[in-house]
Amino acid sequence: MRGLAGRPTFRRAAEGVVRWVIALCGFAAIAILAAITVFLVINSMRAIREVGLLAMIGGADWFPTSDNAAFGFLPAEAGSFWVTVVALVLAMPIGIAAAIFISEFAGRRVKELLKSFIEFMAAVPSVVLGLLGIFLLVPRVRTVLDLDTGLTAFTGGLVVGLMVMPTVISIAEDAMHAVPADLRTGSYALGNTRWQTTYKVVLPAASSGIFAAVMLGLGRAIGETMVVLMLAGNSGVIPPHPFMSARTMPGTIAGEMAEVVQGGLHYSALFAMGLVLFVITFVINLVADVVLERQRRIWRR
Amino acid sequence: MSTAKQRVQRARAAERIAKIVTGVAVLGVVGAVASVVGYILWMGAASISWEFLTQPPRMSMTQGGIWPAIWGTVLLTLWTAAFALPIGITAGVYLSEFAPQGVLNRVVRLSIANMAGVPSIVYGLFGLALFVLTMGLGRSVLAGALTLGCLTLPVVITATEEALRQIPRDLRLASLALGATRLRTTWRIVIPAAAPGIVTGSILGLSRAAGETAPILVTAVAFYAPVPRTLLDETMALPYHLYIMATQAVKPAPDVVWGTALVLVAGVSIINVAAATWRSRQRRKIRW
Repeated sequence: MRGLAGRPTFRRAAEGVVRWVIALCGFAAIAILAAITVFLVINSMRAIREVGLLAMIGGADWFPTSDNAAFGFLPAEAGSFWVTVVALVLAMPIGIAAAIFISEFAGRRVKELLKSFIEFMAAVPSVVLGLLGIFLLVPRVRTVLDLDTGLTAFTGGLVVGLMVMPTVISIAEDAMHAVPADLRTGSYALGNTRWQTTYKVVLPAASSGIFAAVMLGLGRAIGETMVVLMLAGNSGVIPPHPFMSARTMPGTIAGEMAEVVQGGLHYSALFAMGLVLFVITFVINLVADVVLERQRRIWRR
Repeated sequence: MSTAKQRVQRARAAERIAKIVTGVAVLGVVGAVASVVGYILWMGAASISWEFLTQPPRMSMTQGGIWPAIWGTVLLTLWTAAFALPIGITAGVYLSEFAPQGVLNRVVRLSIANMAGVPSIVYGLFGLALFVLTMGLGRSVLAGALTLGCLTLPVVITATEEALRQIPRDLRLASLALGATRLRTTWRIVIPAAAPGIVTGSILGLSRAAGETAPILVTAVAFYAPVPRTLLDETMALPYHLYIMATQAVKPAPDVVWGTALVLVAGVSIINVAAATWRSRQRRKIRW
């Protein structure tokens, strides 16, 4: 008799434990995000205390290894800015146009094929694009634009633009795909063509999703590391325009982290740069997510 | 005033132009990626040999093969899977099947979306601080794989949740009506039905991790190392090897550079295409 009575009890208890473990895994993302914040802050503390956070963010000189060491982020911030601008100028129009084609004009089979292709595109390693950039793009940028070097923020930005394309295309396409069919058929019923429907109905309805796609692309572009490390030239000056060598925040961290003394001021300053980068991308992602969520809620009604 | 006929003609012309312009954008993107892959295949094909794939480098990287880098990347990716898959899939199951709607759920989702957007170099810093230094793992396969695991986690969670959401509610209700508990329904009915989507999404995430350089730069890799014997050894890895050889001042033989790029691209492509093909075949097989 005990077996009959005991088993369901045991099972219920076991189920409680398992469900608890499952919930715990569900919170892993929060835990990791919190841990990232904590470890970035702890390791930046020395630089924040000795140099000052605002002094670093607004500092114009980055001479981490000289006797009179200076830890200003402005050269890296300006480099990141130009790379991102070039990347978005390239990726935004082309990415949104491609998303319109995939969502509104492509047939079902072509659509499926293109979506798989975009998925694959996101998996092409950035070092490979960097390598091709060095061999194919850098010499051409130098000769075509008649510059001293082909390693410029512009060169890096072009390749970063290609890298953020899958993000922009897939999120924008998702947003257009999510526009309720009623809106489209209603527009057709009024005699609109596909393109008229697209720009009069679909694009306005999906506008916040498209905005989020651009924001997420922006976040990707700011954080992209290897391509800019390989192509942007890593110069120390503040670039007034994108057609000269520049360093970016991720590129600086990746390029110098391997050679610094652990626990030293330079090491700590690189963590502080990572913290700034993390905060910037966090805010961008947050905005994108809030916008997407609001749109989702409107359509659910 | 334009007549109705003129307006129709204009609308048709606009339609055609829009189709061409957006079509050219798609072709441009597809063409760029296809030519990247094609160029790598073209340049690298000549350097692929049995020796290149199975031997360690010799003569300061100018000769010999890249076996330690290949094996290093395989090891890193497998261990990344070992960390990211169990936690990621479980988290996805929680979000889709058990999580109560509410503020907490919203925060969890926000965190996952945000994790996916954290720059890979920041994961590298995090891995360095936590796994390499605080946990004392040193530069090692284990520290690198844990770092890559964190980076892959949001992809796995999203893929799992997406796949579970495709499963119709009727299936769950039928199982519950037969007296199965929610956990049993999830484990025996929902997860098997969603398996193709979960597996494919996870593999795509892992193939992205395999190509990452920045997170392992400071947590796992060495310019030259023998095949790692334990998880606490440093390792070579294909993306890092490629980075070093493409940028170091003393140029090694270009054969080695393009051959390495080919192996990396081919590996990632084969895994991707296989996973995507399998998923679309499974999708066609199951109709709800």
